[in-house]
Amino acid sequence: MSVQDALAWRGVGARLDGRVVLADVDLAVAPGSWLALVGPNGAGKTTLVRCLAGLLRHTGVVEVGGRRADRLSARARARTLAVVPQLPVVPPGMRVIDYVLLGRTPHLGLRLASTTRDHAAAWAVLQRLDLEALADRPLDRLSGGERQRAVVARALAQEASILVLDEPTTSLDVGHQFEVLELIEDLRAERGLTVVTTLHDLTLAGQFADRVALLAEGRLVAVGTPAEVLTAERIGEHYGVAAEVVPDGDGVVVTVHRRRTEGFSARSAPGAR
Amino acid sequence: MTTVSMAAPSRLRAGWLAAGLVAVAGAALVGVAVGPVGLPPGRVALELLDRLPLVDVDSGLTPREQAIVWELRAPRVVLGLLVGAMLSVSGAAYQGVFRNPLVDPYLLGVAAGAGLGATVAIVTGLGDAYGFVDPLPLAAFVGGLLAVALTALVGTGRRPSAPATLVLAGVAVTSFLTAVQTYLQQRHADNLRQVYSWILGRLSTSGWGEVAVVLPYAVVTAAVLLFAVGALDVMAVGDDEAAQLGLRPDRVRLLVLLAASLAASAAVAVSGLIGFVGLVVPHVVRLAVGTGNRAVMPLSLLFGAAFLALADVVARTLEAPAELPIGVVTAFVGAPFFVLLLRSRAVAG
Repeated sequence: MSVQDALAWRGVGARLDGRVVLADVDLAVAPGSWLALVGPNGAGKTTLVRCLAGLLRHTGVVEVGGRRADRLSARARARTLAVVPQLPVVPPGMRVIDYVLLGRTPHLGLRLASTTRDHAAAWAVLQRLDLEALADRPLDRLSGGERQRAVVARALAQEASILVLDEPTTSLDVGHQFEVLELIEDLRAERGLTVVTTLHDLTLAGQFADRVALLAEGRLVAVGTPAEVLTAERIGEHYGVAAEVVPDGDGVVVTVHRRRTEGFSARSAPGAR
Repeated sequence: MTTVSMAAPSRLRAGWLAAGLVAVAGAALVGVAVGPVGLPPGRVALELLDRLPLVDVDSGLTPREQAIVWELRAPRVVLGLLVGAMLSVSGAAYQGVFRNPLVDPYLLGVAAGAGLGATVAIVTGLGDAYGFVDPLPLAAFVGGLLAVALTALVGTGRRPSAPATLVLAGVAVTSFLTAVQTYLQQRHADNLRQVYSWILGRLSTSGWGEVAVVLPYAVVTAAVLLFAVGALDVMAVGDDEAAQLGLRPDRVRLLVLLAASLAASAAVAVSGLIGFVGLVVPHVVRLAVGTGNRAVMPLSLLFGAAFLALADVVARTLEAPAELPIGVVTAFVGAPFFVLLLRSRAVAG
């Protein structure tokens, strides 16, 4: 409830085709912290992100940098908050350097002509993410992991203080999943970024995030440290799986077993004969 | 430790700009020099130079030849350059906005609307009625713009315009207007020839009148479209991401489509339906310089201008003294060239 929140959803609700997909979500993120949004498919994680990015009509108020997001211009919002979408559009033939330069858009004048300062900023980001050698390659020729880094690079070129990543680890193997999230963690530490990620993998959420918000059916079920939110009981209740939660440093590791928890015996285990 | 030198962002390179300007100048020279009365290209070049400010040279052309250059050929060549430039740059703009290299400037109904407008003018005899303003181009121009307006009206509901809906609305409007036009045409079979000759496209001029009519539209729309090249590059990542980068994609689309449709309608009004230019010229340019609109848009404009001026030379000399419809030439010459280029690219790439 204060100015020191980097961003906040205050009583946010949304409907899609008349169906309630988000109801009365109150959630705030402290500057420099990492919030993971978790929950089963259809829980409203991506919807919450879309409200943040101004892509969805919603009730309630979204605050970005202490100001009402709906009163910010698109440019001002883009200078404060950068989004890495779940499935980024890959324009055919566009080179990595040009793609990363798109991140400078909110800083450019009406004609959107980039200056040498913008080029230098884009190049610095490419260097930071070890992408210099790929700068001249078309984006659509990169591997999944390289492309994900290029999309992160574009977001960093926006020089926004808030970085929002929607499922940044989908379609990456486990090694690249950790690589991307370690990179985000390093950047957060270096630049004091506020990070919001939606994540399917509860172990990743439990390892990287300071705070975890669990959503189910469009409502906020729990919010707190990973250990507070990610309990075997809650995971069983909302995901319908038997989970084991092991403390690990500041975070937790969540392992899931094939055997179902009690209370979900109504669903027969698949493949059981 | 190795350092990689800073990669240059895509932009319009001076060499390509020069190539485009040379192509335009060359096409203009050929267009003015070639015709039923052969004129030596060297002298024609001098004659053209003579008209530049601060240049005073003697071309050695007779007064009669000078009249051929300035009263007959130059207006037609300039009209060809303008129409080619407008069709080509508006095609590139449509392709950028819809993120689809296969659309052309007639996508939202310009051609069908202009065709209906022209047919109405012809069958009602409006075309002969007034001496002061030629009603045929005016009817085609208004028809083209009304068709796009209708498409926009049908294709945008309560939600902000989704590009796919707009395209489908364009298809519906095109079919509907074409049906009306065909019906009118069948009811007035005696005007059939006149309608067909308009539909197939021609660049006929009587002095500088047509050029004067179309020039303001060419200048204004080209200025708007070339101003929007940066926004078009951002639009390449789709509406949602463009919005996240601080753009208003719906506004950019509206502005660009408005300018491009205006350019296409003005071009069609004075030239009839010339196909292929708006589709293929930008495509060829992209094969040469990549997909960045900062290079693609201005180069499409220049090479489109040169291409149409040259196509017109073929149209009026191949069967001289008869004229081929220029739309036939652009397709007949352009299509095989295009296929050749695609195939060589496919082999090389």
